[in-house]
Amino acid sequence: MQTYIYPEYEVVRDRAKCVNCRICERECANGVHRFDEKLKVMVEDSAKCVNCHRCVCMCPVHALKIVKSDDTYKLNANWDNRTINEIFKQADSGGVLLSSMGNPNTYPIFWDNLLINASQVTNPPIDPLREPMETQMWLGSRVVSIRRDAEGKLVDTLKPQLKLSVPIMFSAMSYGSISYNAHESLARAASELGIYYNTGEGGLHKDFYKYGANTIVQVASGRFGVFREYLDTAAAIEIKMGQGAKPGIGGHLPGAKITADVAETRMIPEGADAISPAPHHDIYSIEDLRQLVMSLKEATDYKKPVFVKIAAVHNIAAIASGIARSGADVIAIDGFRGGTGAAPTRIRDNVGIPVEVALAQVDQRLREEGIRDNVSIVAGGSIRSSGDLLKAIALGADACYIGTAALLAMGCHLCRSCHSGKCNWGIATQRPDLVKRLDPDEGARRLVNLVTAWKHELEEMMGGMGINSVEALRGNRLMLRGIGLTDRELNILGVKSAGESM
Amino acid sequence: MSGQRMIDSIAVMRERSNGLGGGFAGYGIYPDYKEFYAFHLFFDSKEARKETESFILRHFEIAYSSEIQTRKIPQVTDEPIIWRYFLAPLSRKLADSHLDEREYVARCVNRINVCIDGAYVFSSGKNMGIFKGVGYPEDIGAFYRLDEYFGYCWTCHGRYPTNTPGWWGGAHPFGLLDYSIVHNGEISSYDANRRYIEMFGYKCTLKTDTEVITYIIDYLVRKRGLTMQEAAKVIAPSFWATISSKSEEAQREETFLRRAFPSLLVTGPFSIIVGYTGGIMALNDRLKLRSAVCATKGDLAYVASEESAIRKVEPDLDKVWSPAGGEAAVFELYDKEGV
Ligand code: SF4
Ligand code: SF4
Repeated sequence: MQTYIYPEYEVVRDRAKCVNCRICERECANGVHRFDEKLKVMVEDSAKCVNCHRCVCMCPVHALKIVKSDDTYKLNANWDNRTINEIFKQADSGGVLLSSMGNPNTYPIFWDNLLINASQVTNPPIDPLREPMETQMWLGSRVVSIRRDAEGKLVDTLKPQLKLSVPIMFSAMSYGSISYNAHESLARAASELGIYYNTGEGGLHKDFYKYGANTIVQVASGRFGVFREYLDTAAAIEIKMGQGAKPGIGGHLPGAKITADVAETRMIPEGADAISPAPHHDIYSIEDLRQLVMSLKEATDYKKPVFVKIAAVHNIAAIASGIARSGADVIAIDGFRGGTGAAPTRIRDNVGIPVEVALAQVDQRLREEGIRDNVSIVAGGSIRSSGDLLKAIALGADACYIGTAALLAMGCHLCRSCHSGKCNWGIATQRPDLVKRLDPDEGARRLVNLVTAWKHELEEMMGGMGINSVEALRGNRLMLRGIGLTDRELNILGVKSAGESM
Repeated sequence: MSGQRMIDSIAVMRERSNGLGGGFAGYGIYPDYKEFYAFHLFFDSKEARKETESFILRHFEIAYSSEIQTRKIPQVTDEPIIWRYFLAPLSRKLADSHLDEREYVARCVNRINVCIDGAYVFSSGKNMGIFKGVGYPEDIGAFYRLDEYFGYCWTCHGRYPTNTPGWWGGAHPFGLLDYSIVHNGEISSYDANRRYIEMFGYKCTLKTDTEVITYIIDYLVRKRGLTMQEAAKVIAPSFWATISSKSEEAQREETFLRRAFPSLLVTGPFSIIVGYTGGIMALNDRLKLRSAVCATKGDLAYVASEESAIRKVEPDLDKVWSPAGGEAAVFELYDKEGV
């Protein structure tokens, strides 16, 4: 049977402008552009285009654009084009559909239904350009006993914490799923900013040990690259129990991406698929998690905070309560819009819940149980702007993880084809010719710019509310109001409705 | 010192209140009953009083009780029924509760305030008392006949309520055991503070800044054992940048306090005076967005929002100064027990 799926996006070239320089041809790893020797013009094959906008950006005369194709099946509110095409693909291949990056579907985004407060009259706004404004904070357990030395001075009884200059960290992205240069950009930016990046589950390249003070290393179900020095080098250790984009399943990095360097870092054979199992096979229950938390602490002399990262799923509050009693110092919650290098489409698009509600419920539950001080909470899974960041902190987060936003800063254009390994921006690829397109100097600079810009915006908004320290924003839900939400949703988020006063 | 001096002093600052709340706290005013917890209560009805008294009888021995004597004046109207009880916890009940005495008393106060409709304990310390109501403070002082009370320390407050309606219980000072707090300002950290402190058994029923600040101080000082000065470093800490320029020892202390209790940092304009047995502490927010002036004359200390209020009662002062934002001014008796 003949199936032909008309391309979703079409490459449009303005032939009047095009000078046949063939830059687009060289820039496109997907082979979309080609010079037709006979006709002496550039031609394109839209079927190969992933809409990464690399050519659009590189064309010196701006002759290119990508448009949404207007080809369509007979309109059907139930059977839309995408659904029909997916059926065709599966009927062809018999396989599981794969996707990359976060859930793109039209689920409610609660951030966009939350509005922020500002001071008027009874309480003065604070001008961050003229007054100090603090975004520095510490992550970790805050359980202390008050003890005094012989002279009556307070003794520091805190467990190890992480100091952040801004409540933002780069979330876990493994070397293998992203490139060496992307990792280097993240590591350098984190050091310069006084924040942290996360190795993901792929181990830590030996060249990056020097950024250890700003590195969170992950221990995932595949245990790739985990050994003594890896743990010792890091500022903190994260046990990855789940990921927002694919709750309940492990990871699969195809052999094609396991180059010699990636293989060495992951401690697996070159070219072999790197498969991390769905569960940790030593964790089938909460007490097993506790043992892993404690063994990692034991292995590192109780000098490093241990994070536990979980995907936002229905029963998250109860799960988080268990984790808060496991000895872990930080719970990282990853919402269902969180990104991924590759995930089964059905799982990415259907499993899990938004981080907004998960965060609100976890924070509230831990307070009700009086154990909120046991852990810090880090929220991730689509924090898109400083507005989302501020709202997350006001809902109760200590800090946020950003992944997709960080990739965008490095040049990613959200084409959602990372799983193909041919990222034209040098990020989600191991092809040396593509990797070198991302200059780590520039990548780091753009990441520093992004976080700095968000910091300024955060300060501006905090100042507007009359708050000059991020500590006083954390969990300060009266600073938020919901708009266009049902009573039940307001209740779950723990915020009042727009128009309601104290 | 009689309550009359306070009345004279605060009358100068009439501008700063709007007649919707005024109040006083006097320390050392009940020397004859200094071993007993002095409860001051508002009742909306006789039934509320009956219910409360039966609760009190189940938990305390009543040494003395009576209606609080007031003077009828036209400026103060619609007053509730106001009673005073001198109480000692029933020793068996206390032993059974496995609580220390103050915690036991605090919980009983909370029970009455939360569970009994129309009853409100607004003062519960030993050898101290809070007197407050709806009206200008000088009128409230006259109403309660404070010229007839003598104490070693007084605080008072005139209110200009914004967030909550003026009602008798909502006037300042706000009290818990022997702590009394007066507060001027509106804090922006309210919900962060409230949601944190409620983890430790406090219930912020009044939804006022003063209430939450009182609980913060009670938690840090009584429950966790910090000093007033240390508590001040939690509530209005120095900025990180300032801390880093301090001595190594100060850095260690202040960093520890900020890292351990970040959710009790209070932002937004406030100036508070905390009264407690044997002393007072005045504290401003870290940007000093509200005024506070301190002064001394001999071994008497004064704190007020305006210097004029101090000059009114003591024109000839030895020393006058404004403490910096976040700098606690603590004045204590030589003998801290307050006798
Ligand atoms: S980069 Fe632009 S100008 Fe150059 S060949 Fe491609 S479309 Fe033409
Ligand atoms: S990382 Fe590369 S492949 Fe992945 S979405 Fe971004 S641009 Fe596309």
